[in-house]
Amino acid sequence: MALALPALRRPSVIPGFGLTLGFTILYLSLVVLIPLSGVVWRTADLGWAEFLRLATDERTLAALKVSFGCAFAAAALNVVFGALVAWVLVRYRFPGRPLLDAAVDLPFALPTAVAGIALTALYAPDGWIGGPLAALGLKIAWTPLGIVVALVFVGLPFVVRTVQPVMEEIEREIEEASATLGASRARTVFRVLAPSLSPALLTGFALAFARGVGEYGSVIFIAGNLPYRSEIAPLLIVIRLEEFNYAAATAIAAVMLAISFAMLLAINSLQAWSRRRYGHG
Amino acid sequence: MEVRIEAVAKDFDRHPALHEIDLAIASGELAALVGPSGSGKTTLLRLIAGLETPGRGRILFGEEDASRLSVQARRVGFVFQHYALFRHMTVLENVGFGLSARPRALRPARAEIDRRARELLELVQLGGLEKRYPPQLSGGQRQRVALARALAIEPRVLLLDEPFGALDAQVRRDLRRWLRELHDRTGHTTVFVTHDQEEALELADRVVVMSQGRIEQAATPDEVYDRPATAFVHGFIGESSRLPVRVEGGEVFLDDRPTGLRADWEGPAELFFRPHQALVGDGAGGLAGMVTGGRRIAGVRRVELELGAAHRRVEVDLPLAQSCAPGTLLAFRPTAFRLYPLAGEGRPADRAPARQLAHG
Ligand SMILES: Nc1ncnc2c1ncn2[C@@H]1O[C@H](COP(=O)(O)OP(=O)(O)OP(=O)(O)O)[C@@H](O)[C@H]1O
Ligand SMILES: [Mg+2]
Repeated sequence: MALALPALRRPSVIPGFGLTLGFTILYLSLVVLIPLSGVVWRTADLGWAEFLRLATDERTLAALKVSFGCAFAAAALNVVFGALVAWVLVRYRFPGRPLLDAAVDLPFALPTAVAGIALTALYAPDGWIGGPLAALGLKIAWTPLGIVVALVFVGLPFVVRTVQPVMEEIEREIEEASATLGASRARTVFRVLAPSLSPALLTGFALAFARGVGEYGSVIFIAGNLPYRSEIAPLLIVIRLEEFNYAAATAIAAVMLAISFAMLLAINSLQAWSRRRYGHG
Repeated sequence: MEVRIEAVAKDFDRHPALHEIDLAIASGELAALVGPSGSGKTTLLRLIAGLETPGRGRILFGEEDASRLSVQARRVGFVFQHYALFRHMTVLENVGFGLSARPRALRPARAEIDRRARELLELVQLGGLEKRYPPQLSGGQRQRVALARALAIEPRVLLLDEPFGALDAQVRRDLRRWLRELHDRTGHTTVFVTHDQEEALELADRVVVMSQGRIEQAATPDEVYDRPATAFVHGFIGESSRLPVRVEGGEVFLDDRPTGLRADWEGPAELFFRPHQALVGDGAGGLAGMVTGGRRIAGVRRVELELGAAHRRVEVDLPLAQSCAPGTLLAFRPTAFRLYPLAGEGRPADRAPARQLAHG
């Protein structure tokens, strides 16, 4: 290429940069960019005013709020409890550990509808868990809480499986060093262990969050799908499609795309910062 | 602070790692733990630090029973073999960690912590590297950061597990001398593990030789080298050759032939001598062996000999100038040797005490 790109042409010990970059761009275009640009394209057809009207429709806004809010809450819960599960799997040897380890992956493998039906049966007011909770006045199925439950379920392996290998890298000696220096257990966890895990925790959060925003199958059973209250955006898109209201469906899709992309971008840069600060490669 | 280990034993899943051990380390002493891999050195160090709990026995810091104290409360400086630095903290934060972890009432102000950490970094000759992160340091520098971090808590005892294990020979030698100086200056009671016996002999006030979860000997370097308490110590510390002999009427026999050596002993024994403690050449008398090879070791030529029909191998030192071709017969006589009971005489030879130092 006659056109010199100094930043990209830094000599490297690993050959084939040009070829692999070219392939990556082509592949991403085919698999990700072209389908997504379809959404943008269709939206552009609508015209700005029409798009705004559809996107700020009250029911749409409510659905978006439910989708992103629940996904965020579920991902946050998963970070805390996923880290705990990973910790137990990494640090302790106990009978049944291989079973527990395998069980973590179940949400990956299970058809989401199966998960949805199972969770609904459990958390319905007459279910095993839902029953006692209903007696306490806490309704889970057919409320946003139910959505969070479903999203915690599908998002858990993302956190556990991203954090686990990084935890395995932390030598026990690091903890012991902290203890011999006089640090309490809590101080060791929050000042020594957590910071070195933060890039992995952020990645796990991003993955669980992204999965939660896009989740459909397991949610629609437990959510009850009451408009304005427990209706998620992906479901609203399907509803609009069934009404042959392609314009509205596209508008919602475009908004979801924009928000998701912005959030992932933000998380990515936070992660890069945290890796510079805490990771060092 | 004096450290006393009283009848301490430790099992891992019923497999004994340490049999009953007694050891007293005087205040300000620099003691070295040496022994083969798996002999229990790390286990002993971790017991002192409180990172393992003893199955039996007590560990005393001065008059205080440390076995009752948590790791945090023991105030031991532990330097891990792989440093165990906190990689997300700068060098300065690493060194200051122990001070900032103190309970609020005892914690110095931020500026004071930084000042002391800087002071310690000067002490370990790392001034100017405060802002670096551990992965940006060389092995020797990380080692010294780990040491400074351990010193920051004003430890009652300083414990180092193979502090120079991962470093190259030159750096080891420098750090060794430097650690000795640092110890002389700060006067911490220090125990360090090493698998390098040369390091132990050069650096320590006292060498503790361990084998299979037992202490074979704990004495000054001279004592351990010149008067090994057991056959194991003789074989482990320094170079030595061994020959199975028997003593009758005060005379030492090898394969039923007199060796010209005399000893106050009766019956079978194992004879140990060092390569440099042998008179070699015509007229040396006593023993003779066929030269099978030789190599130069610093200022001497070390020759391997095979003795008798059983092809027993021994090594003796010759002056560099003196050459000797393989196949020639060489006469020699140990000028100093020690006898130990033979293995299989009711008790293992490696454990029974030496009874005799004789001069031939
Ligand atoms: N956590 C543990 N669980 C089970 N066995 C252990 C454990 N730690 C040590 N051991 C056993 O205890 C014995 C002593 O081990 P230790 O680590 O103290 O040896 P060492 O003298 O430090 O050896 P090296 O020179 O190789 O470091 C060994 O047989 C070892 O296998
Ligand atoms: Mg060890």
